[in-house]
Parts: sequence; structure tokens; C-alpha cells
Amino acid sequence: MNFLSLTVLIFLPLVGALLVAATPSKAVGLQRGITLLTMFATGVIGIMLCLDFNGASAAAQHVEQRPWFTLPGGIPVAYKLGLDGLSVLMVALTALLGPIVMLSTWGHIHERVKEFMVWLLVMQTGMLGVFLSLDLVLFYTFWEVSLVPLYFILGIWGGSNRLYATIKFFLYTVFGSLVMLIAVIWLMYRFGTTDIVQLTNVAANLPGDVQLWLFAAFALAFSIKVPLMPFHTWLADAHTEAPTSGSVILAGVLLKMGTYGLLRFCIAMFPAAAIEAAPLMMALGAIGIVYGAFLAMAQTDIKRLVACSSVSHLGYVVLGLFAMTAAGLRGGLLQMVNHGLSTGMLFLLIGMIYERRHTRALDQYGGIASVMPVYALFFVIAVLSSVGLPGLNGFVGEYLVLLGTYERAPILAAIAVTGVIFGAVYLLMATRKLLFGPLVLQANKTLTDLRAREVVLMLPIVVLMVWMGVAPNTFLARTEGSLVDLTQRLDRARAVRTAELIRENETRPTVADAEESQNR
Amino acid sequence: MFIQAPLAAIPQGSTAFDWLWWIPLLPLAASAVCGILHFLTLRQREAQNPRPKAAHGAHADHGAAHGHAEHAHAEHAAHGHDDHGDHGHAKVPAGIGALAPIVAVLSMAGALFLSIKGFLELRGLDEGARVLRSSAWDWINAGSLSIDVSMHLDPLSSVMTLVVTGIGSLIFLYASGYMKGDAGYAKFFAYLSLFAFSMLMLVLSSSMLGLFVGWEGVGLCSYLLIGFWYEKGWPADAGQKAFVMNRIGDACFLIGTFILVKVFGSLDMAAIAAGVPGALVDGLATPELFAAGLLLFGGACGKSAQLPLFTWLPDAMAGPTPVSALIHAATMVTAGVYLVVRLNPLFAASPQLLAIIGVVAALTAFIAGSTALVQRDIKKVLAYSTVSQLGYMFLGLASGAWAAAIFHLVTHAFFKALLFLGAGSVIHGMHEEQDMHKMGGLKKHMPATFMTFMCGAAALSGLPLMSGFFSKDEILAHTFAHGGLYSALWIVGIITAAMTAYYTWRMVALTFFGEERFDKNKVHVHESPAVMTLPLWILAVLSVLGGVLGLPIVFHAPHLLADWLQPVTKSGTAILAAHGTHEMSHALEWTLLGVGALVALVFAHRGFHIHKRGVAFDQGFEKNRKWTAAFLTDAWTIDTKYTRLIVGPIKLFAFIIAVVVDQFAIDGLVNGVAALARDLGGRWRRLNDGHIATYGLWMGAFTAVIALLFLWKS
Repeated sequence: MNFLSLTVLIFLPLVGALLVAATPSKAVGLQRGITLLTMFATGVIGIMLCLDFNGASAAAQHVEQRPWFTLPGGIPVAYKLGLDGLSVLMVALTALLGPIVMLSTWGHIHERVKEFMVWLLVMQTGMLGVFLSLDLVLFYTFWEVSLVPLYFILGIWGGSNRLYATIKFFLYTVFGSLVMLIAVIWLMYRFGTTDIVQLTNVAANLPGDVQLWLFAAFALAFSIKVPLMPFHTWLADAHTEAPTSGSVILAGVLLKMGTYGLLRFCIAMFPAAAIEAAPLMMALGAIGIVYGAFLAMAQTDIKRLVACSSVSHLGYVVLGLFAMTAAGLRGGLLQMVNHGLSTGMLFLLIGMIYERRHTRALDQYGGIASVMPVYALFFVIAVLSSVGLPGLNGFVGEYLVLLGTYERAPILAAIAVTGVIFGAVYLLMATRKLLFGPLVLQANKTLTDLRAREVVLMLPIVVLMVWMGVAPNTFLARTEGSLVDLTQRLDRARAVRTAELIRENETRPTVADAEESQNR
Repeated sequence: MFIQAPLAAIPQGSTAFDWLWWIPLLPLAASAVCGILHFLTLRQREAQNPRPKAAHGAHADHGAAHGHAEHAHAEHAAHGHDDHGDHGHAKVPAGIGALAPIVAVLSMAGALFLSIKGFLELRGLDEGARVLRSSAWDWINAGSLSIDVSMHLDPLSSVMTLVVTGIGSLIFLYASGYMKGDAGYAKFFAYLSLFAFSMLMLVLSSSMLGLFVGWEGVGLCSYLLIGFWYEKGWPADAGQKAFVMNRIGDACFLIGTFILVKVFGSLDMAAIAAGVPGALVDGLATPELFAAGLLLFGGACGKSAQLPLFTWLPDAMAGPTPVSALIHAATMVTAGVYLVVRLNPLFAASPQLLAIIGVVAALTAFIAGSTALVQRDIKKVLAYSTVSQLGYMFLGLASGAWAAAIFHLVTHAFFKALLFLGAGSVIHGMHEEQDMHKMGGLKKHMPATFMTFMCGAAALSGLPLMSGFFSKDEILAHTFAHGGLYSALWIVGIITAAMTAYYTWRMVALTFFGEERFDKNKVHVHESPAVMTLPLWILAVLSVLGGVLGLPIVFHAPHLLADWLQPVTKSGTAILAAHGTHEMSHALEWTLLGVGALVALVFAHRGFHIHKRGVAFDQGFEKNRKWTAAFLTDAWTIDTKYTRLIVGPIKLFAFIIAVVVDQFAIDGLVNGVAALARDLGGRWRRLNDGHIATYGLWMGAFTAVIALLFLWKS
């Protein structure tokens, strides 16, 4: 079997999880070692696969397909994996964040280490599976599998109010998943296949109102996951209670499963419905940008503040994707990676300060730039990336999203652009309260600066931030083929819709017709 | 669909990565080196003086720390004058960080050298072909839009690079003396060099988005440098305010670029400028182009501190004085002026837009000028003066006097940098005193600072034959010639000129003349070292003689700057000329020059003589006209109103969103639904034994059952 295969990529973490499970529970060092090694190997394989990916082609690559089982009614379900322009950046991001998250656990996971490592690795398998599945049933399986580890990570290693947060997270997502399941089942019995590529080709021909129902079912599940305002209230609670590594994965990858799903299913599979629903989705995105920013402004807990900022940032993603223009789609995809990097790094940094001071209340800090200059440098870089400073990654995505939105809906672009201002307000306010001002509290005076491990785990993120800011084409080029293909599908759907509208107008008796018949 | 500029109009020069790139890259490299030096210095300091750890080992460390403190103290006393270089912190030996200014000054000198090389190469070319271009890579490709990163050196950007690198070199040199002893010595030069990089990107980029990289980059450096002494708290607040207010302008700027992309399909500024004439209807801008221009002017208002976004600039004085001189007087704040001149055809095509700019500019000049009249803080006088002078530059732009605006930009860079550096020298010599009421009689203590400051003051107040006289006069002459609404703007301009002369010489009188109003036993005033006075002398010469760059027509000498900028400005000028030209007779021009000279002389005299005698007049004014004094000191209470009418409501709104809407309405609904479901499922309660895992299992089982049911049915 080829070493560089998607199966190896997906199941390597699971193998690692089994190995960790087999170790004696006292051997913490061994468990961490295996996990780190597995994550690192997965990261290398994942990134190599993405480098090996030809972005000019719209077709899925590294495809693996074999029959899995047959559903009652004779519908074959396949084990089908593939990498294409819609998933390539997400796979790279997931692969990259794996070892980083693992390294961060050294600082805050001291109890039940073995279990934690197992769940971390299982989650990696689940997330990679979601992005790489090209079979609907396989996708749904991985989707549910990825839900379970976070449920336990939140519920066992979470903060004091973890039960409430966990149940909320779980009920929300399961509710969404169930609605999606109905649509999944409808689709496979309507077309007799579960192959996503085939479904994408045939579902576009469904009548508009049927598409709209399916769109709604998928969109609800994904919007909860994103989370799109008004389905966002689980997020802040989950982040506040989650351990650092849980937050990084949640913000970095899990939320992207929602935006990825919107793109892969809602837009690509049901283009006519997506065009119909775009104004609503764009409006929700734009409102989310401003709403999330105001939400963040009112927070006094730094972690909750960053969690609320996610609502704002993911609003950009949804806005860009549903603008469905060349710039909007590219900006949305880039913004998915950007958010993973910048918010992931912010959560890492918040975790590092929490491990030292055991508080996240902003008023407990102030002036720590004086005692933690290296920390301050990294924090400011993460903030600048998050506010979209040109030259770093955030800007390119944000600009393309807004530009793409402007082409479709100038008013929404004008609303969304205020996020550029409000984003600076809450993030700089947090920076000011955390890093600057006089160093008053005794507990802050004895803080120690970052350790080598902490610097090393953030370095790849910083490098990527600069790279994506200076040469985003490296990344955009890999999405080119798929996005061009998607744009053509959308154009076709638009043409069909226009033709339908014209036909409707022709068949409907006009005033002129009526006059004519009267004259006759 | 897109209005394509004729290909010939887009200048094609060299297309490879070449030496032009080194103009911004040299300071960037210096910034990186200085940053590394900063962290090495911190390491060195840590090694010499380990911080006591929280738990064990604290005792041993404590002893070491104590020893070092004594050592430092001895070194301090040996230094001679007590608090030299003190900025409210203990003086700290620079260690390896002492290399930072050398690196930074050398890199700026290198950039200056390359800028001169570029200028000379341009001069060697035919007037129509004066463009050097160096492309490097495609930055962003999205569909049909492709944005590349290239350097574009033409007469306008060469003037800007010369100002930035020339004045930058002098200020870097000055800062090496001014910042000596500061704990963040190397960090300061890292930020300052990063600023130079961003500013050079701003003026050299060929595309709007490349310009925006520099535009936000200078904003970032401004934020970092205003908040350089963040331990004090309020500088950090001031930096944050500057960044956010700039962002308001930047948001406008972004929408402006969206419109340009829609109309021209490109963000290349040369292509846009060349494409404008073809996009006009009857020689006038379409509503779309008008909106683009207005929004870009909104961006300029943020960066160049015009109404309504000017209130950050006075607060920005919390930064070290070399920063005020370089960023908040000579270079960054003029970026808006540069932007308008760069896209002059776009602005020329909308007379209404020009009128709006004119009104905003005149109001800004007037409000800021009147505020400067009553300030006691020497840096605040200069800050409001800068806002006011930027207003003059925009007034020039509103009159279509592109070259005159750049002329004033250049002379203002000379004399305002000089005045700020002089003020810094005074503050330095006075041990961090900025209140002019506590100064007085400094001329005999600080002769070099005094002499050079006089030159700067003469130029700012527009005394005859000084650089500021010619540049200001040229702007006012163009405004006058326009007639109509512009006549009113001219009157505002001339009143502001009177106020300028008054506050400038009030400042000179309060600082350098009269009795010494400080405790001579505590404050030992001293002249600054040579690294600080040398830049002062050079800038003094430039401030006095800078007028030769643009002598008025009646002097029968060529207007060097206007001729040089001709290739850039001619397109806008031609569009304006299509609406009618404004010729002036020589007699009228002489009269205007005479009026300008007379106003400057009279009010300079008044300002000097009233305040030479000390603070009695100010105190009387404050006592007798309480309301007026308070109103003017607070800059017409505009900032106070912003806090009350905008910042307050936004905070309240955020609170309402977070608590009322989010927690009660949305989350309340969610929890309500959940509670309802729980009540309905009351009889299942024994299944819910409270263990979260059980919930999970039940959810999973439920999912599976539903799935199976569906499969069965189908």
C-alpha cells in the first residue's frame, strides 16, 4: 500500500490511539510520546499529500474507493476518499494543528492523560475523515465520530460549569445532525447512490423547491456547527469551559466542518437553492460579523472574548462563500484557514497565561508585557493577524470576502466592513488590558516568560501567517480548479433559473395580452 | 465592461526585482536586526540581574539583584548630570542594544542614497517617461482580478521617498541621542525602522492594495510607538485610539477600492489615473466615481487627521518626541495628501467632491489653529498646528493646486520636524517638562536649540521669504483665484494664517524669553548633545531656504517642484481646465503676497510681545473668559462629545447585545425549549440519572433508532 495514501492519513491517529490505550495508565511519558509521534507523522503525511495536490484540476485526487456494504433497498455504500480543492486547505490545517495541539497539552493536561490522548487522536481521525470522505454515509459517520471525543474532552477536562456547556454543545449538534440525517436518507433513496461526486452532478437538476428543503436541512446542521448567528450560543459556553487544547481544536478545525459542509453540500450540491437562499445567508453572515464584535466588546473574560470573536470571523466566511463570486469563494476559503490559525493561536496564548495565573479575567492582568516580552510579541502578532493587518494572513481573506460581497450586495459589504473597525476595538482593548498599562498585581510581577516548547509550537503558525499574507497564491492556486468548476455549476444554475423566470413571465398573461384579447 | 486604460498610458519599466526594492527593504532588515538586538539586550539584562522567581531560589536572587541596584546607582552618579535621558524610568545601560541606532541610521542612509539614485535616474529620462518600475510577484489572484506587488518610482514618489528617507535619517540620528538610556532603546529603533519600511511601501507601491499595506503598516507602527511607554497606561490608550480612528478611515478606503475594482477592473494606480478620463461623462465623474473619491478622502481624513477624525493626533503626542516629529508631523500624516495627488484625475473630475474637501480642510485648519492658541503643553501646540497645516494642504488639493499641496507638504516636513525636535530638545533639557508656563528664558541655556527653533517658527508662521511663506501663499493664492465658495475658504485660510503666526510666536516667547519660571535648584537646564543639535541645524537651513523649490511666478524663477511633478499632475489639471481656468494678474498675485506677509508679521509681533512678558496674559484670559478658554483648550469639545455621544452608546449597545439579546433572548429561548423538552419527558426521568455519559449514550441510541426507522420505511 502506498505510504502516502488518504487511508493511512486518516487511520494513523486511530492506530496511535489504540497503542496509547494499550499502555499502562501510569506511563504518562510513553503516552505523550506516542501521541506526539503519531500527530507529527500524520502532520507530515497530510502536508505532503496537500503539496502533492494539483490545484489546476477540479477532479478529486488520491482517490481510494472500495465497496463497503449495501443498504436495504440495494444501495451500495462505498468507502470512498478523495482530496479536492474544497478540502485541501482544511486537510492541511487539520494536519498542521494536530502536533501543535498535542504539544500544548503538556501545560494543562495532568490528569487522566491516557484517556485524553486517546480522545485527541480519535478526534484527529474523525476530522480528517469528514474532510476526505466522498461518500455520504462515510461522511456522516465521521461527522458523528468527531462529535464524541470533544464531548468527553469538554465533559471530563472542562471547567467548573462543564456539564451545562457539554450538554448544550451536544444537544445543539445532535439536533442539527438529525435533521441532516433525514436529508441524507432522502437523497440516497431518491438517487440510489451515496457517492458525493455523483450526487453533486445529479442533485443540481432537482426542482427548486425540493432543493430548497434539502438545502435547509443541511444548512441547519452546518449553521449550528459554524456557528452562524443565531445558533451561536453554545460556542461561548463550550470555549469557556473547554481546556486549551479543546478550544484550539474546536476553533481551529471543528467549526470549519460547518463552513466546509456549507460549501461542499449546500452550495455545490444544491446550487439553485443556494442562489435562492444566498441573500438570507449573506445577511446572517453580515449580521454575525457585527453582532459577534459587539458581543466580544462586552466580555470581561478573555477566552469568552475570543470565542465571541469567532462568531464575527466566521460571519466573514459565510458571507464570502454565499456571495458565490470569484473573490468571495476564495476569500471565504482563505478565511477558514486564517481563523484556524489566528484564533487557534490566541487560544494557545490564553492557555499559556491561564496555566501561569489560573484566571482569565482581564482585570486580573495589565502590564505583563514588561515581564513577558516574548509572550507579548506573539500575542500582538496573533491579534494583528486576527484584525486583518495587511501583510499577514487575515487581510487577504477579509479583503477578498468584502470585495466579493460588494459585487453582489454593496449594502451588506458596507455593514460587514464595520467589522474591520469593531474587530480592532475589542482585540486592541483586550491587548491593552492584558499586556499594557502599569504592572500592579504582585502575582503578575513574578510571571515567567514563554518556555522553548511554547515558542516552538507557535512558530509554524507565525510562519504560515506571514506566508499567507505575503504569498497567498500558494494556497489559492490549490483551490483554483475546484472553484472554477463550482463557479461554472453556479452559472449554469443561474442560467436555468433565469430561463425559468422568463418562461414563467411568458406563460403568465401580461397586460398587453389582455388588451389584445379584448380588442379581438 | 471595464474601462481599460490605453496600454501605452500604463508605464512599463524594468519588470524584475531590482534595486528599487531595497529602498523599503533596507529599513525592514534593520527593523528585524534591531528587534533581535532588543531581545538579546533583555537576555543580557536578565543574565546580569535575574528576576526573583516566585517560589524557591528567591533569596539568592534577591541578593544579586540588590548588588546590581547598587552598581547601577554608582554608575548613575558617575555620569555627571543627574536625570539626563530620563523618561520617567530608571536609566538603563543599553548593552548590546547600543548597536541598534547604528544599524538603523545606516539603513536609512542607505535608503536615502538609493532614493537620490532614483531621483537622478528619473531626471535623466525624458519628461514623459519618468517612471521606474520593478515587479516582483503576483500577490493575489482571484478570478479576473490580479494584484501584483511592484515598486513604482515616478516624480511624485521620488519626492516622497526623498522626504521620508532624508528627514527620517536626521530623526533617526537625533533619536539615538534622545532615547539613550531608555529600557527599550533597541526596540524603539526596531519600530521606527518598521515604520520607515511601511511608509516607503506606501509611497512606492504601484497598486492601491500595496499602498494599503503601507497605509495600515504605518498605522500599526504609530500604534506601537504612541504606546511605547505603555507602562504609564495613557500612552497605550492613545495608541489604541489612533489605531481605531484610523481604522474608521481605512474601512472607507476599502469600500473605495471595491468601487475602483468594479469600474476599472484593476487596482494599479497608474492604470486608474490613466483610465479616469475615459470613464467620465461630459468631463465629469459618474456618481460611482464620486463615491469612490469621497470614500478615499474618508480614508485620508483618518490618516491625515482631518475633521471628523482628527482627535487622535493630539493624543498621539504621548509617544516619544522623535516619533511625533517623524510620524505625526513629517511623513505618515501626509499620506492622505499623497493619495489625493496620486489619484488627482479622479478628484479633479468631481467639483462637488473638491468643494467638500475644501470645506472640511478649511474648518479643520481653523478649528485646530484656534485650539493651538491656548495650549500650554508645547507638544500640543505643535500637534494642533500640524492638524491645521494639514488642513492647508487639503485646501490646496481642493483648489486643484496639486503641486502646491506637495510643496507645502515638503516645507512643512522641514519646519515641523524641526520644531518637534526642538521641542524635544527643550523637554529633554527641562527634564520631561512640557508645560510652557513652567519654562521661560531658555534662550541663554540652550543657544543651538533656540536659534534653530526660531528658524522653524519663522517658517511655520510664514514670515516673508521663509519656506512656509511661499508654500502657504501659493495655496491661498490658488484658493482665492477659484472665486465663489472658495473666496470664503480663502478668508478662513487667511484668518488661520494670522492665528498660526500668533500661536507660533506665543510659543517661542513663552519657552525661550521672559523670566525663568522653573526652580533653578531642581532643574539644571542643559543644551542637548551634538547628535541632537546637528539634525536641528540641517533642518533649520532647509526650513529657511526650502522656498526655492517653488518660487511664485512673479519672481520670474521656475517653480522647480511644480515642473518636476508635471507628469503626475497634468492629467488632473487638464480635467480641471476643461471646466475653466483661473488666471491671476501679476498685480493681484503681488497683492496676495503682500497681504500674507503683512498678516504674518503683524500677528507674529502680537503673539511674541504679549507673551514675552510671561504667563500673566494667559492667566487673565483663563480667568476672564472661562468658557471660551475651556472651549478652545478642549478643541471645541469635539473629542468630549465623541466620548459622550458615540463611545458611550456603543459600550451600552455592546452590553445590551451581550446581556439582554444574547443571554436573555436567544439563549433564554434555547434553554426554554430544552426545559420544555425535559418537562415533557418527565416520566423518562429515571433514565436521566444525571451522568453525562448516559445522556450521550441515550442521544447516540436515539440517533441510531431514528436512522434505522428511516431505513426500514424507505
